[in-house]
Amino acid sequence: MTAQIEVRGLTMAYGASVVQRDLSFTIERGQIFVIMGDSGCGKSTLMRHMIGLNAPAAGDVYYDGEAYWEQDGDRREALGHKFGVLYQSAALFSSMTIEENVSLPLIEHAGLSRSASRDVASLKLALVGLSGFEEHYPAEVSGGMRKRAGLARAMALDPDILFFDEPSAGLDPLSSRRLDDLIRELRDSAGTTIVLVTHELPSIFELGDDAVFLDAERKTMIARGEPNALKQSSDAKVRAFLNRDRL
Amino acid sequence: MSVSRGADAVLRVQLSGDWTLKQGLPAAEEIVGELASQDQPVSRLVVDGTDLESWGSGLLTYVHGLEARARDEGISVSLDGIPEGARRLLALASAVPAHVTPHREMDDDLSARVGAIALQLWTTFGEALDFIGDTALAFFAALRGRARFRGQDVMHAIEASGIGALGIVALINFLIGAVLAFVGAVQLQQFGATIYVADLVAIGMTRELAALMTGIVMAGRSGASFAAVLGTMTVNEEIDALQTMGLEPTEFLVLPRVLAASLMLPALVAYADLFGLAGGMFVGVSLLNLGARSFMGQLLSALAVRHVVIGLAKAAAFGVVVSMTGCFYGLRCGRSAAAVGEATTKAVVMGIVLVVVVDALATVLLHVVNL
Repeated sequence: MTAQIEVRGLTMAYGASVVQRDLSFTIERGQIFVIMGDSGCGKSTLMRHMIGLNAPAAGDVYYDGEAYWEQDGDRREALGHKFGVLYQSAALFSSMTIEENVSLPLIEHAGLSRSASRDVASLKLALVGLSGFEEHYPAEVSGGMRKRAGLARAMALDPDILFFDEPSAGLDPLSSRRLDDLIRELRDSAGTTIVLVTHELPSIFELGDDAVFLDAERKTMIARGEPNALKQSSDAKVRAFLNRDRL
Repeated sequence: MSVSRGADAVLRVQLSGDWTLKQGLPAAEEIVGELASQDQPVSRLVVDGTDLESWGSGLLTYVHGLEARARDEGISVSLDGIPEGARRLLALASAVPAHVTPHREMDDDLSARVGAIALQLWTTFGEALDFIGDTALAFFAALRGRARFRGQDVMHAIEASGIGALGIVALINFLIGAVLAFVGAVQLQQFGATIYVADLVAIGMTRELAALMTGIVMAGRSGASFAAVLGTMTVNEEIDALQTMGLEPTEFLVLPRVLAASLMLPALVAYADLFGLAGGMFVGVSLLNLGARSFMGQLLSALAVRHVVIGLAKAAAFGVVVSMTGCFYGLRCGRSAAAVGEATTKAVVMGIVLVVVVDALATVLLHVVNL
């Protein structure tokens, strides 16, 4: 059986400067997969390559065995409906209410009527604990609530895969814990595959089934495996990172 | 989906088939009607999902909606054969009680709305006066060498608002000069006074139109750009960062732009004068057959220094007005992408309006003092 996501021989570059080279790993269905590494190592760039925002310099990303970057525009868009993305700053559209933000993909891609989309959006907002905030604008709610609203929008179309870019960045420990619980609950109940870009140790150990560690200096992945097991990694940097030691 | 009534006032809703979003959402009216029915009260609602083939948000939304209605009617709900995952998500959806937004009192009365707009205008007017005062203070501080801003910001603004506008200013003023000559000639020909087209172009362009047109171009280019830049800086908390560093936005951001615009606009207008006159001369010589030498002679005799100076002075005033309008709306921008757009629009519209108003005032004043 093919893995749900496979990154094969991926090299990422901005112009002539290589960010990461030769990345290869697989992500199984229903896994919570963590992409970690020090700041500037290209974690978010890797996510951008996986969700179709940046084209790879070499290699490809396979979804159920289908090479994403070999497809034409229409097929890529169809593949894109399989995943939802929660951006670091939530990226809610500031001129729309929270409910309208969640409804937008429901109307445009699922073809729901306005009233049906409103019902589904309310459900999604209830799932993330934001029932009653439908008519608020993003600027009127707190950062943690914006993140959760962004999550409601990311899962609007019942995606198979959810990508999270630094979900706990800027959140207090309680909100961050709550978001972690929510992420795991989504995986456990809906079977959604989760790809998590983060350097928050508590979230990494709490959630990660599998992980890849990118290094900014060597410009490639230097460890792969279950986060708790990586604490005893043979690589000094990975050990120091996960145990919060000094190098 | 089928609905059946069982013993003991139990309503059973049997769900089958695909319940994903692709199938759309069925209407819940029938069941809601049953739940609220007075003749045959329902005490318990059973949602049976034993025959479900696949499920997604469609199922969750539907069942969540039924649960909410049942709760309102005081009816207990039990889920039968609903897949484990869906059951957990439904529990999650009900975990946090709905936030009740305090109802916002909206007075929709006409007088209330007019009043609200008037108050808003009054506030804006007050803020504008504050802003003008702050900028003036910053300017005097700069004269004493006490204002904190970076010279390179002035140079950058000069480059962006001055040099970048050379092409469009030349084109627009050449065309306006040509149009002026053409329209004037049609009238003056009737009196055999076509040569006075040169006077019309000389005075019209240098005293009025070059400054006015260039001011309007400036409002569209630089006024918009200032508002968008300062607006985005507001959104990004850069303005807050400046203030906490002890740098006044009026000194650090507004002053360089106002200085640059008020220096550059007269220079641009001097340049625009040349193109305006050239446009008029082009029409005079090529279409009206006035002869280059006689046109030029007539033009130079009409071209009194005071007309040029008045045009340039107005240009400096327009520069101040346009750049301050742009900065004003940029600094009081809200904290969203839409607010930046709104600020930019207001800056351009208000910039153009103020340019024309200042021009009109200047014309009246100069008429009174016979200049």
